Amino acid sequence: MLNAGDLAALWLTFKIASLSTILMLLLGTPLAWWLARTQSRWKGICNALVAMPLVLPPTVLGFYLLIMMGPKGPIGQLTELLGIGTLPFTFGGLVMASVIYSLPFVVQPLQASFSGIGRQPLEAAATLRASPLDTFFSVVLPLAKPGFLTATILGFAHTVGEFGVVLMVGGNIPEKTRVVSVQIYNHVEALEYSQAHWLAGGLLVFSFTVLLILYSVLKTQPSSQPFK
Amino acid sequence: MQLTQLKRLSVLCLLLVFSLNSQAATVLVAVASNFTKPMTDLAAAFAKATGHEANLSFGSSGKFVAQIENDAPFEVLLAADEKNPKKLEESGKGVANSRFTYAIGKLVLWSATPGLVDDKGEILGKGGFKHLALADPKLAPYGFAAEEALKNLGLLQKLKPLFVLGENISQTQQFISTGNAELGFIALSQVIGKDGKIAEGSGWVVPDTLHSPIRQDAILLLKGEPNPAASALLKFLKSPEALEIIRSYGYNLPE
Repeated sequence: MLNAGDLAALWLTFKIASLSTILMLLLGTPLAWWLARTQSRWKGICNALVAMPLVLPPTVLGFYLLIMMGPKGPIGQLTELLGIGTLPFTFGGLVMASVIYSLPFVVQPLQASFSGIGRQPLEAAATLRASPLDTFFSVVLPLAKPGFLTATILGFAHTVGEFGVVLMVGGNIPEKTRVVSVQIYNHVEALEYSQAHWLAGGLLVFSFTVLLILYSVLKTQPSSQPFK
Repeated sequence: MQLTQLKRLSVLCLLLVFSLNSQAATVLVAVASNFTKPMTDLAAAFAKATGHEANLSFGSSGKFVAQIENDAPFEVLLAADEKNPKKLEESGKGVANSRFTYAIGKLVLWSATPGLVDDKGEILGKGGFKHLALADPKLAPYGFAAEEALKNLGLLQKLKPLFVLGENISQTQQFISTGNAELGFIALSQVIGKDGKIAEGSGWVVPDTLHSPIRQDAILLLKGEPNPAASALLKFLKSPEALEIIRSYGYNLPE
């Protein structure tokens, strides 16, 4: 069965994934909105940057984060200047790494559903003298609901499953940076296969359930599908 | 006339190539990360001495055992400990009686900052650092030895909250060389220079008396049994030429 270390890892993973998902939604919504509307020539570069973590091996991302957040790196020097200290091996460092790592899973569904709304509803709202902010909250948000649902679930689930980046910047500290995926890896390395099975099997069931719920809900709302 | 000569020559060439091929074989070797540098040199010397090639995979012994138990194609394992090769022999994936100690590891307390680690390791007692990196003691023999040494120094309880754990010894070195951990325990072979001294930063070679010996064992795996290159490699590892290379990387030699 699960031991105390496993439970601590589960709780930590839940905390990191929740906080990262909230941050990604706050950050990703304006970004996705801008990407869906803009004609700017920076659009291509921005799209590519956001999508990079999809393509790069997590160890590459983790390695660069380790260097940049370290005492000699630009982010590390900034955080030290602000009196936070360096980020690797801390909870905050893992949240930041997760946000960068999972951002495409939030931005892309949002961007797709924003694009899918088209101009007409916005123009209609404008003719009714709705302010842009009002339009966003009372027209765009309801219409983009499936996009938000997809973004939230995929962002959360993907952060739960993150491994390579955490291994590189986490330092494997119990209750601080030892998340579920690392804990599973440790059990496997130590040849504690039965322990590993409990956690790994749990993660398998979790991912399947989450994705099943997501796709069942989206089926009833044909206007927007993930990764359409 | 010329054409037939050319033909004869090319047949001769082909024969030569085939005959070379039948003798020179390739062996796939799983190597513990701490032995990365010496093994790269050893593989080159091995190729020169025998004509056989050694293809090297680097990683942690625990992962290799999991892979080998599930029929990974490795033919020889150079582990970082005695336990893992023994386990393979017991499960039948390793060839019985082929185990031997090829090197005895030396532990070093190392920092990328010159002058930070004094030559008696007194910084451990003095403190003034935020992170102390070591390989996970549960998984890696060098991490286990580091914890043992700290226990014998009476500093384990005090320093444990500062631990950051690398998954293997290479990753531990990364934590230190990027400056994210001010200092940490790794293998001497990782930072030793050509002259036998620590090449960069500062370090303290932890005395053997502070921890039990890190005996690194090799074993011939079942998949390598029919391969002449596999047994040749194990034989080569015991040759004076190989032992000299191993010693030059800061290992003690098996008695």
